[in-house]
Amino acid sequence: MAETRSLEARTPAERPLSPHLQIYRPMLTMMMSIAHRITGFALYFGMLLVAWWLIAAASPNGYARFQWFAGSWIGRLILFGYTWALIHHMLGGIRHLIWDTGRGFGPSEREWLAAANLIGSIAITLILWIFVLLTMGGS
Amino acid sequence: MSAPKHIRTPLARVLGRGAARSGTEQFWHQRLTAVANIPLTIAAVIILITLLGRNQAAVAQILGSPLVAIIMLLFVFSITVHMRIGMAVIIEDYVHDESAKLTLLMANTFFTFAVGLAAVYGILKLSFGL
Repeated sequence: MAETRSLEARTPAERPLSPHLQIYRPMLTMMMSIAHRITGFALYFGMLLVAWWLIAAASPNGYARFQWFAGSWIGRLILFGYTWALIHHMLGGIRHLIWDTGRGFGPSEREWLAAANLIGSIAITLILWIFVLLTMGGS
Repeated sequence: MSAPKHIRTPLARVLGRGAARSGTEQFWHQRLTAVANIPLTIAAVIILITLLGRNQAAVAQILGSPLVAIIMLLFVFSITVHMRIGMAVIIEDYVHDESAKLTLLMANTFFTFAVGLAAVYGILKLSFGL
C-alpha cells in the first residue's frame, strides 16, 4: 500500500491537462474574471489607506498629512483607481452571487453580465467622482 | 480478503469529509462576507463622501459617533475577513512551493489582522476620545 502510494507520487497519472491562459482567445468574460481577482488584490492593499484615514482623523496634524496626500495628483490617481476597483469588485461579486444561485450561466446572460460589470463600474466611478468634484467646488 | 474500506458506506465517507472534517467553511465565509460587504461598503462610501469637505474636528466627531462608528467597525471586520480568504485563495493558486506558500499564508493572516486592528483602533479612539 505504502509502496503504491509513493509510486503514485513519483509518477503522476497521465491525465489530460487544461490548456493555460495564453491558449485562449481573450474574451470579455475571461477578462472580467481576471479583473475581479486583480481588483481584489489591489483592494487588499487599499485597506492600508482606510486604516491610515481612520487613525489620522484623530489628530489635526495627522489629518492634514492625509489630506495633503489625498489632494496630490498621485493621491487622486490612487483614490480614483481605488474607487473603480471597489465598484468593479463589488459588481463582480454580485455577479458571482447571482451565479451561486445557479442563474446567469447562459451564453447571452454571461456576456451581458460581464459587459454590465465593466460598463457599470466605469459609469458609477465617473458619476461618483463628478458628483464629489462638483459638490466640493472643483480643485 | 475484504479490506476495511468496504465496511464504510458511501454516505459515511461523504459525511466524514476526510481528515479535515470540513471543507466548505472558507467558501461559505467568503459568500457570507461578500453579502455583508455590499451594504457596508455602500454605507462607508456615503459616510466618506459626506465627510469630504469637512475639517478634522468635524470628521473626528462624525466618525466617532455611535452609528457611524459601528457601521465602520462592521465594515472593517467584514472586509478584512473577506480579503484574508481572497488572498489565501490567490496564494494557494499561484504559489506551489510548500514553504513559500505557508510563509505567505502566515503573512496574509498577520497583515489582515494588523491592518484590521489598526483601523479598529482608529475608530475606537475617535469614539472614546482617547
